[in-house]
Amino acid sequence: MNKIKQYIRNKKGDKPKRLNRSAGGDAGIFVFLAIFGVIMVFPMVYAISQSLKPLDELWRFPPRVFVEKPTAKNYTDLFRMLGDSWVPFSRYIFNTVFISVVGTAGNVLFSAMAAYALAKIPFPGRKFFFKMVVYSLMFNATVTSITNFITMSVFHMIDTYWAIIVPAWCTTYGLYLMKQFMETSVPDSVLESARLEGASESRIFWKIAMPMVKPAWITLIIFAFNSLWNSGTSTYIYSEQLKTFNYAISQVVSAGIARAGAAAASTVVTMIVPIIVFIITQSNVIQTMSTSGMKD
Amino acid sequence: MDQNATVSNQPVLRKDKSKLQWTWIEMKKYKVAYAMIAPFFLLFFTFTVVPVLLSVVLSFTTFNMLEFPDFIFFDNYIRLFLDDDIFLIALKNTFVFACITGPVSYLLSLFIAWFINELKPKLRAFVTLIFYAPSIAGNVYLIWTLLFSGDSYGLVNSWLMRFGITDSPILWFQDTDYIFPLVIVVALWTSLGTSFLTFIAGFQVVDKSLYEAGAVDGVKNRWQELWYITLPTMKPQLMLGAILAITNSFGFGAVITALVGFPSPDYCVHTIMHHLQDYGGSRFEMGYASAIATILFIMMVGANALVTKLLRKVGT
Repeated sequence: MNKIKQYIRNKKGDKPKRLNRSAGGDAGIFVFLAIFGVIMVFPMVYAISQSLKPLDELWRFPPRVFVEKPTAKNYTDLFRMLGDSWVPFSRYIFNTVFISVVGTAGNVLFSAMAAYALAKIPFPGRKFFFKMVVYSLMFNATVTSITNFITMSVFHMIDTYWAIIVPAWCTTYGLYLMKQFMETSVPDSVLESARLEGASESRIFWKIAMPMVKPAWITLIIFAFNSLWNSGTSTYIYSEQLKTFNYAISQVVSAGIARAGAAAASTVVTMIVPIIVFIITQSNVIQTMSTSGMKD
Repeated sequence: MDQNATVSNQPVLRKDKSKLQWTWIEMKKYKVAYAMIAPFFLLFFTFTVVPVLLSVVLSFTTFNMLEFPDFIFFDNYIRLFLDDDIFLIALKNTFVFACITGPVSYLLSLFIAWFINELKPKLRAFVTLIFYAPSIAGNVYLIWTLLFSGDSYGLVNSWLMRFGITDSPILWFQDTDYIFPLVIVVALWTSLGTSFLTFIAGFQVVDKSLYEAGAVDGVKNRWQELWYITLPTMKPQLMLGAILAITNSFGFGAVITALVGFPSPDYCVHTIMHHLQDYGGSRFEMGYASAIATILFIMMVGANALVTKLLRKVGT
């Protein structure tokens, strides 16, 4: 009881003390996070350091972790090599942008529409549809890869952009997040009064629900973009001129001692984009995830 | 949940109608909802539901994309389990791999998220980024092949040699003794993904007044607080996190191929995903590959069903 009295006193007083927290425990947590944090961050730091090393430092023995005389030469090499490939570099960029933008837009739009209906319109069968979405979270795309290959060849989608874009439109995890978020952050009373005033469901969806779930669609954009950005080596695309920036960048440096620096540079380029995107949107993502729990 | 905004002017009373008729009236009333879910669910059926069902059907045939398939009952499955030694290796590897990475990544995610939650907001955002970054950062896991490079320019080899632990460089990603543990380490490194974020968010939304109430009821330290207050209120997040972690633990095939190559030495990290790719993607034995896919499906859904059932019991 003493502790609680002290806590209450501290609440009023000047020196805040947290409930149930010991200094030793805090120190332990700090040490644990520091050690694991270093392990997590070390490979990424090493990649950045490698990408800045001049050739003689890359092949120095014994190797050093940190660069001594940093140079941007690996990056200029990388982009020069990309410029030398027979498919123009701008084409890879176009492919990436096209696939990411069209794939992400369809993903967010279709997921949000379906999520709104599932969360806010009491139509018969909605429990069934949502249950299927939840079950689909329980297995990954490897299971469907064989039959999807057959489906896509029937629809003549193999070796086109659509082989990557169309499946991205129905990512169930996106729908799941959106539906959970809509359920908690769009109040029914607002929708009810809009319906009483005669607004159509599509109008309510666009004008009321969508602005309220901004964090959720930002999160969906990030997740969709990340997976499309990382989908460089899809097995459904063979044509060189349809491949993405990410693929090109990994191919151009896949072999050769002389290209080790450029390889590190390419790793850094592919790594840095999703990380920056996440830094910008982190608070929205966390806010969306806070409603994502599975309530049976 | 009743709705006032009716389409028709005559009020329709539920008791006048049979269940089927009532459902039909409701369906007509909410037809806009079906229009709204149509684009997503048409695609979802085409690319997820039908493929799963179709692969079960195909697994009983000799389908190979060229000839008309023959129906051969369980022959594919019999061949898998009795004739295909490599499949049995893959089955074992997948199972061991999932049993290690699934629980470890789940617990790591949970505890690191809990620890991070103790930090101040600015620092919390930064540390979250550090732990989450490997899971989104493209093919950055390839850097591990540099750290554990087989020659003496690899960082780990040079350290081991400098401290006199070994005399000659170890061929990390070629030696069957080291590949499996190494691949697990890399997989875990990339595994603090969406389930980790779910936990981070979950800890943040726990009602703070519960902690004060708990202290009055005799909660003495942070462990008791976690066990008696935080985890029970976070159960929905714990469920979702478990499902994501399990599904994820079966999905490291691409990481393994990128690190070790395909096929791996002595098939030491050959998994069901690789076997599937081999028969489906290269040999076009779609019937056989479908049988593999069906087994993978049963494994994943089975693991998920089991674990969610267990989790549901915890703390009730």
